[in-house]
Amino acid sequence: MKPFEYQRLEIPQDLASTDAGRFLGGGTNLIDLMKHQIETPDILVDVSRAGMDRIEEMDDAVRVGSQVSNTDLASHPLIRRHYPVLSSALLSGATQQLRNKATTGGNLLQRTRCQYFYDTARACNKREAWKRLRCAQGAQSLSRHSRRQPTLHCCSPLGHGRGDGGSGCCGRHAQT
Amino acid sequence: LILHNGGGGRTFRDDLEGKKITSLRNDCGGWMVNGSACRHLTGLDCPDEEALALYPLKLTVNGTDYDVEIDPRRSLLDLVRETLQLKGPKKGCDHGQCGACTMIVNGRRINSCLSLAVTHEGDSVVTVEGLAKGENLHPLQQAFIDKDAFQCGFCTPGQLCSAAALLDEIREGLPSVITEGEGVAMTDEEIRERMSGNLCRCGAYNNIVEAIRTVSGGER
Repeated sequence: MKPFEYQRLEIPQDLASTDAGRFLGGGTNLIDLMKHQIETPDILVDVSRAGMDRIEEMDDAVRVGSQVSNTDLASHPLIRRHYPVLSSALLSGATQQLRNKATTGGNLLQRTRCQYFYDTARACNKREAWKRLRCAQGAQSLSRHSRRQPTLHCCSPLGHGRGDGGSGCCGRHAQT
Repeated sequence: LILHNGGGGRTFRDDLEGKKITSLRNDCGGWMVNGSACRHLTGLDCPDEEALALYPLKLTVNGTDYDVEIDPRRSLLDLVRETLQLKGPKKGCDHGQCGACTMIVNGRRINSCLSLAVTHEGDSVVTVEGLAKGENLHPLQQAFIDKDAFQCGFCTPGQLCSAAALLDEIREGLPSVITEGEGVAMTDEEIRERMSGNLCRCGAYNNIVEAIRTVSGGER
């Protein structure tokens, strides 16, 4: 793992003044990527204690904090009652150990588990698309390596750890 | 084994000769011997000076308070095994898949290999060493012995921590994917589903389920 500067945020307002680096929630995806040196942030900003772990009932919705764990979300009475598919989907994924640590924000932002993406010795359009290949060039430009396991979003230039992960759940909006 | 540095000068091995070694492998791949600077097998000092930037950390492990300074890259697992010298938790896959490193942090089981130690300021950690009360084994430990719930035992510390947390999760009423309605019935199916984060290459699963069923008062 490459060296990095570690910062811990205690209050959410601090987020606005934070630049560079990656936000660390549960870390079940990011730490793994850092071990593989796919992610090499200079600054790691720990937001897991910044108070963004509430589940609130609103008029016609439920607001879920980005640091709510998968376990807490899946077992919350509101979710069990009104969004049973979401609860079931969460409980179907990973393991109890991972669900205890993984967060809602991280869930939306996690990166693909494709074995080629993880193989840094070889080219991957998704991992380094902004460096070498433009998405617009499409599948023609994908290396033979990447073409062997194409996925629907393989060319999609998802935010590199930021932005909307594109995961609308049960017709709900996801804002990250 | 002779380790050369390529330049004909001192080798890493030279540094080790005749010394009582207390070495520590860093996450950068280098070693610290008897409190030396971080060095690599090339015999050179760590190319990454930043690697030595340490962060203060206070946490409780098995009821004992620790106050340490750590490399922020160090996982909770490495902290516990290498720095605190508690060798119960095992590094199996080191990627959060096998569960051998399972610890209970603030009452919840996690994969300690996927958690940076520096993020655990003030946390209360329980490893397999903390399950027994003095000479009295935890009921699960006794049940594992009685039911022969292991062969090589490598995964057992993780299995035990997982099972101990499982009992609390049942009491708390946390659902699994196969739980229907309110409350949790401790069936073998529930136990298997909830223990699915711990892999055992010996295949002692049946006896593990039996041991947990015995302690939880569940039914087949």
